[in-house]
Amino acid sequence: MEPLMAVVIGVIYSAAIYMMLRRSIVKLVIGLMLLSNGANLLIFTSAGLTRGAPPLIPEGLSAPLGDVADPLPQALVLTAIVIAFGVLSFAVVLIRRAYEIVRADDLDKMKDTDT
Amino acid sequence: MTLLWIPLLTLLGVLVPVFTERYGRGVLSLATATLPAVALALTLLQIPTLLEGDIPRVSLAWLPELGLDLAFRLDGLSLLFALLILGIGLLIILYAAFYLSAEEASGRFFAYLMLFMTAMVGIVMADNLLLLWLFWELTSLSSFLLIGFWSHSSEARKGARMAMTVTGAGGLALLAGLLLLGDMVGSFDLGVVLESGDAIRADSRYPLMLVLVLLGAFTKSAQFPFQFWLPHAMSAPTPVSAYLHSATMVKAGIFLMARLHPAIGDTALWGWIVTLTGMATFLYGAWFALIKTDLKAILAFSTVSHLGLITVLLGVGSPMAILAALFHIINHATFKGSLFMSAGIIDHETGTRELSKLGGLRKAMPVTAVLVSLAAAAMAGVPLLNGFLSKEMFFTELLDTPLLGGLGWLLPTLATLGGILSVAYSLRLVHAVFFKPAKESPPKSPHEPPHLMRLPVELLVTVCVLVGIIPAVLATGLLDLATRAVLGEALEFHLAIWHGFNVPLLMSVLALAIGILVYAMHSHIRRLARQFAPVDARRSFEQGTQTLVAATQAITLRLENGSLQRYMSLLLGASLLLATLGLLDLPTLAGDKPSQPLDGVLILGAALLIFGAVGTAVTHRYRLISLLMLSVVGLLVSLTFARFSAPDLALTQLSVEVVTMILLMLALFFLPQKTPRESTAKRNIRDLLLAGSLGMVVASLNYAVLTRDMSSIAHFFMENSIPGGGGHNVVNVILVDFRGFDTLGEITVLALAGLAIFKLLNRLRLFMPHSDGEGRLWSPDRYPMILTSVSQALLPLALLVSAFIFLRGHNQPGGGFIAGLIAAVALILVYMARGVEWAQSRLDFQYQPVAIAGVAVATLTGLGSWAFGRPFLTSAFGHFHLPILGDFELATAMLFDLGVFLAVVGATLMILANLGKLTTPHRPSKEPATTTPGKEKKS
Repeated sequence: MEPLMAVVIGVIYSAAIYMMLRRSIVKLVIGLMLLSNGANLLIFTSAGLTRGAPPLIPEGLSAPLGDVADPLPQALVLTAIVIAFGVLSFAVVLIRRAYEIVRADDLDKMKDTDT
Repeated sequence: MTLLWIPLLTLLGVLVPVFTERYGRGVLSLATATLPAVALALTLLQIPTLLEGDIPRVSLAWLPELGLDLAFRLDGLSLLFALLILGIGLLIILYAAFYLSAEEASGRFFAYLMLFMTAMVGIVMADNLLLLWLFWELTSLSSFLLIGFWSHSSEARKGARMAMTVTGAGGLALLAGLLLLGDMVGSFDLGVVLESGDAIRADSRYPLMLVLVLLGAFTKSAQFPFQFWLPHAMSAPTPVSAYLHSATMVKAGIFLMARLHPAIGDTALWGWIVTLTGMATFLYGAWFALIKTDLKAILAFSTVSHLGLITVLLGVGSPMAILAALFHIINHATFKGSLFMSAGIIDHETGTRELSKLGGLRKAMPVTAVLVSLAAAAMAGVPLLNGFLSKEMFFTELLDTPLLGGLGWLLPTLATLGGILSVAYSLRLVHAVFFKPAKESPPKSPHEPPHLMRLPVELLVTVCVLVGIIPAVLATGLLDLATRAVLGEALEFHLAIWHGFNVPLLMSVLALAIGILVYAMHSHIRRLARQFAPVDARRSFEQGTQTLVAATQAITLRLENGSLQRYMSLLLGASLLLATLGLLDLPTLAGDKPSQPLDGVLILGAALLIFGAVGTAVTHRYRLISLLMLSVVGLLVSLTFARFSAPDLALTQLSVEVVTMILLMLALFFLPQKTPRESTAKRNIRDLLLAGSLGMVVASLNYAVLTRDMSSIAHFFMENSIPGGGGHNVVNVILVDFRGFDTLGEITVLALAGLAIFKLLNRLRLFMPHSDGEGRLWSPDRYPMILTSVSQALLPLALLVSAFIFLRGHNQPGGGFIAGLIAAVALILVYMARGVEWAQSRLDFQYQPVAIAGVAVATLTGLGSWAFGRPFLTSAFGHFHLPILGDFELATAMLFDLGVFLAVVGATLMILANLGKLTTPHRPSKEPATTTPGKEKKS
């Protein structure tokens, strides 16, 4: 299972980076989203893959029974997912404003049009 | 605490000129002088304490984590320098009041001067190495302002810049040296450092530290080969030259060497570097002082020379040599200060400083002539003047030093040579200005200056003469205190003018006699000097600077050509390199943790994820399809979270996926419709290679991590979740309790993003286009019937689910983030089904306050724990029993989570509703030709 997971994450990264390297700003945004998915998976899996044992403590006990998944990366990734949304929306609007001012969709041309 | 007032008073003095400038020059200078005069009195009042053998100290913690304290001391060495700085500073204020012409911004000048005085007092009184360095940098900055005071002159600007660059660079070296020193001792406290001399000298890092500290001292005190900035700093107004470049700032380096001598001096390395540098400076300065023709340039080079002399003495380092160095510091400050001020007077009265245009001034300015002659004689080392005494001691110490072993005769010989040159240039100064008949007449007809302007010179020359005649009475006390501070013990010494016929006296006599001869042959020497092409330090410095600037610009332009793609590929390439290097260090890629079995569902999921990711990239030309592929990835990631025991993540990802897709759909609508021309095949290949190899490296990294056991701090959270946070859902407890501060930061970022978007989109209106980029008409059917009906029924249900998820979040999967997202999705659905106008008229409130209220609630919950004397964000919880509902638990974490909920709902809706509102409800069939979108705003 581990090699499969590694390949999946690698493919998501490759696709995201390829998209981000395109010249269109729309593709940059899509690539950014894909990258945040990949990064979340990477961080999440770094604590190991645990099946069927969420980090919940059963009622009446003070510690979980047996091995459960590591809660820390889960907490980190949870906030990362929400923040990624905030950053993405900010990026989209910022790009829109940049486009409005320099009138260039091509990321290569943004510099030539700055004033 | 009195000590603290000394630098504080001068600092307050910076403000005085600013407020008193409007009352005229007289009031201005008097008012400016008041505070330093009080500071001087305070300093003098400390002398009785010092005489008892105590060292007054005061220390306030400033940044204790860094070892930086606001600590001051006033030992003998500080006292000597503080008296020089404050005393000569007062004279300079008096002098400058007459020197500056009426239309000059004298308020600004005096303010800079006071700032500089504060910095100098700070250096000499600092009892903490880092504090000392801070003041050291402040002298560089304030002297930059003073040298460049006549900012209309390019000379002044260049001179100021050069001084700033050289001393600033030295300051950085000094910082490195002091940090090393502090690290070796374990403290930046000066008292501790001075007592750890043996440990410091034994440390293996001693040579490096010594060189760095000396670099700082040498640049500041214009030692060879860094002397070049000082003559160019003479483009400053003369009061500045007199104050900074003779009496105080250039002595800062000397002060530093004397101050740290007990800690870092007294080694062979110190002796060699310091003595030889000083000797080179001594001779270099003396030679150029002899051949320059500008009055201030002569004085500048002679200052360089005398600084070299003092440095030699500190390098020799015997107790008597230290005494001689300190004595010469006083003497030099008095005679050179008065000479500079006289040069200013002559310049002021005649309009020139060129020796060739001056001459015969003896008749027009008889008093000044006497004063200058006396001061110059002191500089030359003529008996009965103070310069003679310290120069005599200098010769004595060089005869005794064991430094060069068998070549021991070399130092006294060189010293005599320097002495000869000093006599010659001093003689030339006096003779050429006052006695030799003038070749050309000066621009203005000269006469004596106002008496008050001459008063500082008179006072200083009086000191020269009196100290020269009765040194034992005047100088012994102060020098005793100062040497005690440097040597750590009292030194038996006796200052006298007559020591009998001995070798030093012979050297002095030789220097005087040959010096006169040399001046007699001056025209030959000038001719000899003309054989060598003059090196213009300023020109080569400017050239060096410009080459450096051009080179850095070329590098910057190469890297930064304005293409985001290029930056990204450079950045990615660099991270690829670093990660590859890390992977190379691993013995094998796979660790020893056994692999888990595969099953069909997993393979299907993985296949779909790969399909989605590759599909997103492959279909990038069709934006909508690419987006749909992306949503496949998002969904599958959410399922992956669910599969691997992360229900909270799965729920979050699922709801974020929905809002993200809505966001991207909107983005597709209002981001440019046309795609720029395709990248070249070459670039495509580069991108594919880069993306592919990075993907492979990330996959390898992931695999390496997955197949290795690792220890986690998770057990802490597991064990303390119930006792510490009162929650069964560990992930939620981490979010709202253990790492609540992070979460607070994150919802703040989210709310800020929402607010920023709100502002960025403010007043932006988009016209709904008639058709898409390829000419297809937009569907006129805006609100599908089924969606409209369903959404209305769904809204209360979804809000109920949201409330349920929120309430159970502490113990079951759920919580503020997820509940907030669900509520936001439900509300957005209404917007989509019914349009912005309809929804807005019914959801009649602003979202900004909601988001802000959320952050506020979370912050206040955290602050609430302060009321109970607990740290920020400490949580409390308890169990309550209600009839019918039964037992339930209330925790402050719940309140915090409510803040998270509100912030997420507010921010998400602020973002999406604002984007959705962009389109105008009444779309024109065509965009007006004159105003293209966005052009209504100024760009």
